[in-house]
Amino acid sequence: MNRPGAEITCRELVELVSDYFEGRLPDPVRIRFDDHLALCPGCVTYLQQMRTTMTLVSRVEVLERRPEVAALLDAFRGFGAGLSSG
Amino acid sequence: MLHTDFELVTRLRGGDEHAFMALVDRYSGLMFRLARSHVPSAAVAEEVVQEAWLGVVAGLDGFEGRSSLKTWILRILTNRAKTRGERERRTIPFSCVYPVDEDDGPAVDPDRFQGPDGRYPGGWASFPETWPEERLLASETIGCVRDAIRALPARQQDVIVLRDVEGWSSEEVCAALDISEGNQRVLLHRARSRVRDVLEGYFEMATVAA
Repeated sequence: MNRPGAEITCRELVELVSDYFEGRLPDPVRIRFDDHLALCPGCVTYLQQMRTTMTLVSRVEVLERRPEVAALLDAFRGFGAGLSSG
Repeated sequence: MLHTDFELVTRLRGGDEHAFMALVDRYSGLMFRLARSHVPSAAVAEEVVQEAWLGVVAGLDGFEGRSSLKTWILRILTNRAKTRGERERRTIPFSCVYPVDEDDGPAVDPDRFQGPDGRYPGGWASFPETWPEERLLASETIGCVRDAIRALPARQQDVIVLRDVEGWSSEEVCAALDISEGNQRVLLHRARSRVRDVLEGYFEMATVAA
């Protein structure tokens, strides 16, 4: 396999994954990134795992903690009263 | 000011309680999560959210729409959370409640790659294993992801929650958290890489156990 010095290594590739997903890699780097993927099943798996991770993260529910609504409404009404009297 | 924000702010200033409660319902969960990454306990985080809403009410009149309403609310929240977090850390030993921000480490443990004497220096020592499809959506797996996020340094937590859970743009996140674009990218990548790493360990354990 021809591996000239300009190629990126697996170790370098894993640092670029988020920028790759967001299309932020400069063209020459993106081309080398794609070339690497075409030859490296390990990095293909890694990329897949990062995509899966992002999908799983998006499914985590935001914890619902309802604040003390009565106190907030009091403050909100106070704010309204302040406006109308001022 | 955004058209939708303008309408909403007008209603809020007019004393529309429905609009206010809808706003509280919509953002409190997210605010709690963000607060939680800065303070040592859920109870304190709840107080911070409450304080932040009072700050929103007090500041409504002065809101000028230079940022979106949600960005403005989140900034009030993160400012209160940071202040409160600093106060709490003065009274409780630092290391107990607030892990040091590790924003600089590599995305993957360097030991996973071949050294300079390997056949392919910087290449995988052994390829990552494919994850078991059928386990990906198990509630236990989602629980593992949630725990992994909760264990991240505070700033990484903030960024991954806003970007990947809430689906905010990087511009919105930078504005709400008052960080640079470059910093946001690093924090997001560290956070995702760390969660992937935890998941890998989790699936390896599951495979061994099976």
